[in-house]
Amino acid sequence: MKFIGHLDIMRYFQKVMRRADVDICYSGGFSPHQIMSFAAPLGVGLLSNGEYLDIEVNSTDSSAEMIRRMNAVMSEGMEVISYRRLDDSAKSAMSLVAAADYVLAFRPGKKPEDMESFFAALAEFYAQPQIPVTKKTKHGEKEMDLKPLIYRMERVRAVPDEECLAADSHCAGVSDRLSPPDSAAGQDCGVPGAAALNEKKLPVIISGAVNVPSDAVFLQVCTGSTDNIKPELVMKALYDFMGLELAPFTFQAEREEVYADLGGEEEGGRKLVPLEALGENIEQTDHYQA
Amino acid sequence: MRRLALSDEILLSVQQPARYIGGEVNMAIKDPAKMDIRFCMCFPDVYEIGMSHLGIQILYDMFNGRDDVYCERVYSPWTDMDKLLREKDIPLFALESQDPVKDFDFLGITLQYEMCYTNVLQILDLSRIPLHAADRTEADPIVIGGGPCAYNPEPLAPFFDIFYIGEGETVYGQLFDAYKAGKSRGGSRREFLEAAAQIPGLYVPAFYDVTYNSDGTIADFKPNNPHAPEKVTKELVVNLDDAWYIEKPLVPFIKVTQDRVVLEIQRGCIRGCRFCQAGNIYRPLREHSLEYLKDYAVKMLKSTGHEEISLSSLSSSDYSKLPELIGFLLDEVKGKGINISLPSLRIDAFSLDVMSKVQDVKKSSLTFAPEAGSQRLRDVINKGLTKEAILNGARDAFLGGWSRVKLYFMLGQPTETEEDMKGIAYLSEKVAETFYDLPVEQRQKRVQIVASSSFFVPKPFTPFQWAKQCTKEEFLRRAWLVRDTFQEMKNARSLKYNYHEADLSVLEGVLARGDRRVAPVIEEAYRHGAMFDSWGENFDNDLWMAAFDACGVDPDFYTVRDRDLDEKLPWDFIDAGVSKEFLKREWKRATEGTVTPNCRQGCAGCGARVFGGGVCFEDKN
Repeated sequence: MKFIGHLDIMRYFQKVMRRADVDICYSGGFSPHQIMSFAAPLGVGLLSNGEYLDIEVNSTDSSAEMIRRMNAVMSEGMEVISYRRLDDSAKSAMSLVAAADYVLAFRPGKKPEDMESFFAALAEFYAQPQIPVTKKTKHGEKEMDLKPLIYRMERVRAVPDEECLAADSHCAGVSDRLSPPDSAAGQDCGVPGAAALNEKKLPVIISGAVNVPSDAVFLQVCTGSTDNIKPELVMKALYDFMGLELAPFTFQAEREEVYADLGGEEEGGRKLVPLEALGENIEQTDHYQA
Repeated sequence: MRRLALSDEILLSVQQPARYIGGEVNMAIKDPAKMDIRFCMCFPDVYEIGMSHLGIQILYDMFNGRDDVYCERVYSPWTDMDKLLREKDIPLFALESQDPVKDFDFLGITLQYEMCYTNVLQILDLSRIPLHAADRTEADPIVIGGGPCAYNPEPLAPFFDIFYIGEGETVYGQLFDAYKAGKSRGGSRREFLEAAAQIPGLYVPAFYDVTYNSDGTIADFKPNNPHAPEKVTKELVVNLDDAWYIEKPLVPFIKVTQDRVVLEIQRGCIRGCRFCQAGNIYRPLREHSLEYLKDYAVKMLKSTGHEEISLSSLSSSDYSKLPELIGFLLDEVKGKGINISLPSLRIDAFSLDVMSKVQDVKKSSLTFAPEAGSQRLRDVINKGLTKEAILNGARDAFLGGWSRVKLYFMLGQPTETEEDMKGIAYLSEKVAETFYDLPVEQRQKRVQIVASSSFFVPKPFTPFQWAKQCTKEEFLRRAWLVRDTFQEMKNARSLKYNYHEADLSVLEGVLARGDRRVAPVIEEAYRHGAMFDSWGENFDNDLWMAAFDACGVDPDFYTVRDRDLDEKLPWDFIDAGVSKEFLKREWKRATEGTVTPNCRQGCAGCGARVFGGGVCFEDKN
């Protein structure tokens, strides 16, 4: 699946909706299109353990039944793992995206000889007060400071597969220094009022294979329309810092989670919650007024 | 997860890696170890083209319907991947299992157009299968060719073990059974080919010898093996509803040329255009029943999730239940966001009404295929379309809100005069005038008419199989004359004229009517880098001309030479249903400008009645 570009993944899901008879809403006009949007396009070559897309429907079965129907017509490597209802007034997932987690694993044969000194250098790199980089944009090059945009950067160790399967589907790695923070953060923040949660917009989570690497890099970075930080850019800066050349195909990156920020502008700063937490499970068949 | 033959490094460094990974929706998954026969089906062009081909989808599904066969697919690796496979010494693999093609029992290659011949060699070469059938061992796959170009297989004869002449649904079962029987007996490749040669429709080129006269024409063509018949008769499905059809077509991840459900409504054509090979080799016309088509339309839309369904046939307007079928589809897909696409419809009140329901009139264009600019030449080629029909259709369309028209022509057809050529511009001008003659409030503001001409290539099993083809220079002279005439038209600003590549049409002419002596030229061209010749950017005419020189083959012999009606043609050993007598009759009528009625107006005695079905047995005949 990682070889399929974002636009083709969209086309793929449009066809899934028809195969699974999802009662999705269409725009008007001579070539109507489905009301569907992805939270954050995933680059070609990246794996993902969970992507989000919003759809609008006229009616729905329960979450469990919709998941079953969609997975019955899915191809290998792609699975719907969650189907949740969003408030009618909810902002689109795309506009909410604030951060994403990535795990970057060394590809076979690409591991540094001395893993300990690699991660020591990584810690030193991340401890810098500023991380200036040059980012290539459409209009040329741009100087920027990466530091405030990297929310976390650390080493992750392997979790045995069994443990991972027993846990929830977001379990991808355990941080070296912290206990798994993601689900906890979600619970802390809660969701914006159950009463506001009712109709129509439903997020769907796509799952890729869960590849849990040993000795890998965990990254939580700013994501979305304003500052979209790709893991590749951070790793390039790290290798520059170490005085090394980052060879292509050193890492296999996997996106683990995508977050919204409920923290607001003022005090307190970021309150990241997985997009998953913004919806609610659908218990039974429901019809909506058009 | 499925194992992939290629590393991420390779896949992420080429255009469209999805071409090489398989895993599409509705892909057949079987355990190769449990199969008696592994068949690799090949369309020798890039994935997006190959995946759009209906015939392969049907055979793929049909073969995989058997418990003892695993049919997989391979397409031509695009030039970037071709280079990498050679550099890194990776053998070509099938998409499903990602196993090397060389390990298969069969490699089936469909031959849809002549300009893919170098890609056939590319597939063999990258698979590491010897290019020449004579050099293959017991360990190599049986290489079998099919499709319309198999009706003159001779330019490819040395490269194939077997050619399948005709429609694929009929005798593959027999061939597989023969293969299994041979395998369990421990029989040799040669014994199997001898068994294959006895199956109707199958041609084993190694079992035939050709001798030539001093003028280069064929003296004799006869079997050298007692198991090989003198004549090979094309295979054909008599009752289409009984043939295999797909319920679950493959759905590619990437956008392919035919990104929609394709519903074949009928096979064959009643029209009898004299230049048209498909109209002759697929005779007689056979229709699917309405109930069958309704059933499959629903099933295929559901199993693919496609947003469009297209009706496929050579001339959809001739389908006897068309209004009922379209009515059903309109009801069925209404509100489901599904489009209906209707190619090859004759423009008349009915089709305009239907089209206005299924497409955005302002954005879509109308297509007419007069094929020739004058009525005289249209009579020669037996194209029933009249100027009145075109102008009436266009006027109705303009009143219905359309303002874009495409007109298709062919240059260089037999007996063509300068008046006929100029007629292309005159007819286009007439269409523009028809538009501007309408009151301004009843039409759009401006009209856009695009006329394009291809160059005529005579094809085997058509009445024009004896015709002299133009030289490149003559083709271009004619195209320029048409272009200049367009510039003199009053409404020149509303008209646009395009013409095709002349070099390519000349080469296509050599390959279409070539014999076994053309094979070394194809190989020579391939060895020097010819590939994807149908893709303008890859076609190198100089390279081909050098190959003709190196092999001492004169292309003019196959193109611009006058052929005697009694000459032994390279494809004469094939019985395509239409008799040579009929083709001769039609060739004569063409030169006289006499129109032959279509099959529903009256039987012209083409010979296809012997198959015992189709339009020949509709009540009025």
